[in-house]
Amino acid sequence: MNMSEHSVSIRDLTLDYGNTRVLENLNLDIEQGEFIVLLGPSGCGKSTLLNCIAGLMDISDGQIHIDNRNVTWEEPKDRGIGMVFQSYALYPQMTVEKNLSFGLKVAGYKKDEIQRRVARAAEILQMEELLQRKPVELSGGQRQRVAIGRALVREAKVFLFDEPLSNLDAKLRSDLRVEIKRLHQRLKNTMIYVTHDQIEALTLANRIAIMKDGVIQQLADPHTIYNKPVNLYVAGFIGSPSMNFFQGTLQTGDETCFVTDSGTHIPTSSYQFARASSDSCSAVLGIRPEHIIAGEGARGMPFSTRVEIEIVEPMGSNTLVWTRVADQAVTFSCDSDQLLAPGQSIDIGFDPARGSLFDAESTLRL
Amino acid sequence: MTLVVNNVVPGASGRVLEGPCGPRKSQLSIARLGIYGFLIMAALFFLMPFWVMIVTSLKTLPEIREGNLFNWPSDPTFEPWIKAWFSACTGRDCNGLQPGFWNSVKITAIATVVSITIAAINGYALSFWRYRYANLVFGILVFGAFVPYQVVIYPLIITMRELGIFSTLLSIVLVHSIFGMPILTLLYRNFFASLPMEMFKAARIDGAGFWQIFFRIMIPMAVPITIVAIILQLTGIWNDFLFGTVFAGRQNMPMTVQLNNIVQTTTGVREYNVHMAATILTAAVPLIVYFISGKWFVRGIAAGAVKG
Ligand SMILES: Nc1ncnc2c1ncn2[C@@H]1O[C@H](COP(=O)(O)OP(=O)(O)OP(=O)(O)O)[C@@H](O)[C@H]1O
Ligand SMILES: [Mg+2]
Repeated sequence: MNMSEHSVSIRDLTLDYGNTRVLENLNLDIEQGEFIVLLGPSGCGKSTLLNCIAGLMDISDGQIHIDNRNVTWEEPKDRGIGMVFQSYALYPQMTVEKNLSFGLKVAGYKKDEIQRRVARAAEILQMEELLQRKPVELSGGQRQRVAIGRALVREAKVFLFDEPLSNLDAKLRSDLRVEIKRLHQRLKNTMIYVTHDQIEALTLANRIAIMKDGVIQQLADPHTIYNKPVNLYVAGFIGSPSMNFFQGTLQTGDETCFVTDSGTHIPTSSYQFARASSDSCSAVLGIRPEHIIAGEGARGMPFSTRVEIEIVEPMGSNTLVWTRVADQAVTFSCDSDQLLAPGQSIDIGFDPARGSLFDAESTLRL
Repeated sequence: MTLVVNNVVPGASGRVLEGPCGPRKSQLSIARLGIYGFLIMAALFFLMPFWVMIVTSLKTLPEIREGNLFNWPSDPTFEPWIKAWFSACTGRDCNGLQPGFWNSVKITAIATVVSITIAAINGYALSFWRYRYANLVFGILVFGAFVPYQVVIYPLIITMRELGIFSTLLSIVLVHSIFGMPILTLLYRNFFASLPMEMFKAARIDGAGFWQIFFRIMIPMAVPITIVAIILQLTGIWNDFLFGTVFAGRQNMPMTVQLNNIVQTTTGVREYNVHMAATILTAAVPLIVYFISGKWFVRGIAAGAVKG
């Protein structure tokens, strides 16, 4: 076992706030140069985990290794990290330049070295002309760029981002998202990024860690997270519009088949089971709205049916359609050029192989 | 000249804009008149005694005896002011208010600086460095703000006596500093608590320690609240009479106590003009502070309304 390869390694981390346990026995190994996104609902402990890595919080148990050093007892400044906060956290009475150089001055760097680093950060983030302004004179996006710059000048091995874009409007957010991705490709250092925006997670991450109640549910690349969620929670959390779920039973025999509670048979012979299960059990079948095909192509699918359209929601690039299958509300998306109206009947179908089956009791993937 | 009919004006685009247009015209409504009327009445009510004090202080004693309280003196004289400052008598000493003034300056200046410095550090530590008993310490401090002075005076006297510093400059400065502490700490703590915690965290990652964060980041931002604190302490300590009487001793008697002694001295005629001059002189410092600070106050608050 070679543990010394990791850029950041969190081992058996436990953290209590007084009597409430926020993180319990959390393990996470991050490779050099990896972009890890911590994704989860509000209050699941993402910021807490990030603060522990940064050393801003005293942990209750466990170890934190950064760049092959045990930094569990080290001060934030000695950990080789830079951090960007949601509220920018710029020093309001200092100019941008002073904001960038403050940490370097405190650390006692020489003047020309400070100047070199500030100039480089300003060049990378294209904010040379902002250097003499105060934070109040900047827009939200510019402020966040300065905050990123403050982490840049530290030339740290590991960057920590705590929801850096969530105070920005949608347009700026997508602009800065690309900029962060570009930054990562240029610098190639390890980045740990907290968000509860799944688009950010899916677009930026090498690997995503889905968290719930202080526990990492699944740690995998975006494709796997999206297509092969390990449990019901991850399946429902990722994807917008969210996955359709059918309650039913998985019948094993010569051919496995999923039977919904209302008696509809959905053949699952093409499904790749994660675990061999011998007995029939109650199960949940999840299928993403994007994986349901409507119109002519539907007939060729392993499962197809004719449904009546209830609601049509045009979303621009595609259209979300609400209908009912096997007595359950189902949404599917189709091309926005297709003219659909409520009340109209349409053929839809899907391949269960693209869906996910979960054990109804343990909620784990089958 | 264009003809304007019925408030119908051609707008810039050539369209005709009817009805209300552009900024609303301010109007002197009846409610506004009422408010101004009330304010003027209130101002008169408070300015009247002040007027009487000023004219009386400029009159000679015979003229005062004539009794025209509100009249401008027929022959204004600054003699009473000079006497009040240099040679009014308290008992046997005839040095005027002057020594008391300098005593008050000393006491106020030192106690203001000491109490604000400690309170700022306290408030900063309480809101950012959440050490183990921070809440308990804060609770005790807040409780301290509500303890009536009279309750603690006697124990304090004994403490000071045991420490051997009763009736010294040190004791009066100490007392003012201690009693200013709860309210000032509260002021600073609440101010610092309103700053984003993340800024403090950012500074920690930048490698700044307890004092560096305090002096280089927190203090520059605390200017507006510090101005408020200075105004509170300056006027509060200057106006104090009780502690001055009890703790200062003869050597360090503050101006208020000295004023009282001058006014209470019963030998000879009552020199109303000197008393009025002495009173105005004593009140001058807080008055000036209020006049100057009004402007600074607003400026300070405006400059401080910088959320990064
Ligand atoms: N200072 C604190 N004292 C006690 N409990 C806290 C404290 N800070 C956070 N918590 C609790 O710890 C849990 C995790 O909080 P954390 O801030 O890490 O959530 P988060 O995942 O970052 O959420 P968000 O997306 O809203 O930022 C929450 O349940 C919260 O109530
Ligand atoms: Mg958070």
